[in-house]
Amino acid sequence: MEVTFQLLRFDPLKDRQPHWETYRVELEPTDRVLDGLEAIKGQMDGTLAYRRSCAHGVCGSDAMIINGRNRLACKALVKNMKEPIRIEPMRGFKVLKDFVVDMGPFFEKYRAVKPYLIEKEARPQKERLQSQEERERFDDTTKCILCGACTTSCPSFWFNAGYVGPAAIVQAHRFIFDSRDGGAEERLSVLNNQEGVWRCRTVFNCVEACPRGINVTRAIGEVKKVIAKGGR
Amino acid sequence: MSIYRGGIGQWSWTFHRLTGVGVLLFLLVHILDTALIMMGPHWYNKIIRFYRTPLFGLMEIALFAAVLYHALNGVRIIVIDFRPETTVHYKKMFFIQMALFALIFIPVCIIMLGHIAQGLHP
Ligand code: SF4
Ligand code: FES
Repeated sequence: MEVTFQLLRFDPLKDRQPHWETYRVELEPTDRVLDGLEAIKGQMDGTLAYRRSCAHGVCGSDAMIINGRNRLACKALVKNMKEPIRIEPMRGFKVLKDFVVDMGPFFEKYRAVKPYLIEKEARPQKERLQSQEERERFDDTTKCILCGACTTSCPSFWFNAGYVGPAAIVQAHRFIFDSRDGGAEERLSVLNNQEGVWRCRTVFNCVEACPRGINVTRAIGEVKKVIAKGGR
Repeated sequence: MSIYRGGIGQWSWTFHRLTGVGVLLFLLVHILDTALIMMGPHWYNKIIRFYRTPLFGLMEIALFAAVLYHALNGVRIIVIDFRPETTVHYKKMFFIQMALFALIFIPVCIIMLGHIAQGLHP
């Protein structure tokens, strides 16, 4: 079937403003939006720029606004999309070219919450044991692939680029609620301020946007609650 | 750029902001108009007479809707803040909130419209 795409193109060397361009490509209904982009780039216009790597919803490189909301191009089926399929870069980051945005600030905030195990006691001889319930406590937030769909769907983030953002809070949650971790206090002090969890206005756009189905607002809410209670 | 098509939450939040600012503006105006009494009864009575016109009656209904929405939505957000596990039901909670809104607003609206119609508008 022939599928019509409208892409918001931007080339910093040529364009002052992004502009829409229309493309028509031959695709199967079972193809994904990413296949459409590949066809356009391969057959029509090699200058089209976007990120993708795994093409299977694992690496988190190809989040973009598809028909008005953040999705992974590799997880969005063409047959489920209204035509023309309109694609824009994620909102709130500097656009480098077409759908490639500067994720630098995103990963800076990711690093700010110390997304790694901080030992709380002397290193044991063997592995650190954990009960199934303890593991369950942060299961949801282990699924994050750092695609940025949540952060760039968040109005609080659009209006305030300083906001640490849902993705970084999800990553912090993953360790704060891990019984093996001892760094909760350090992370909570990063999140307990104006630009931290309190910027969340429970808009739920992140929950709608997350391609991994993570209940992001719940994770943020749990972190807020821990801070309000003064400990885990 | 097009409008981001967020879910229900995006719109409930937008309305929360709009009604919040709206009610705040009303309060400011209301403080000013009651302060008119300091300039004697003439101006004060004038403004009160305006408040009794049907047009202002309708605006009052809108004000009631705004306060009611803001209050109910605020309660929903407070519930979510205290019990993050309720987030899984957030759409349902919003529909319940809007049902409550209709349940309270419709009868009150009828009463207020009745007052306007009878010219009894206080
Ligand atoms: S929480 Fe979901 S939307 Fe946000 S970065 Fe992780 S995978 Fe992407
Ligand atoms: S290309 Fe890896 S998630 Fe889409």
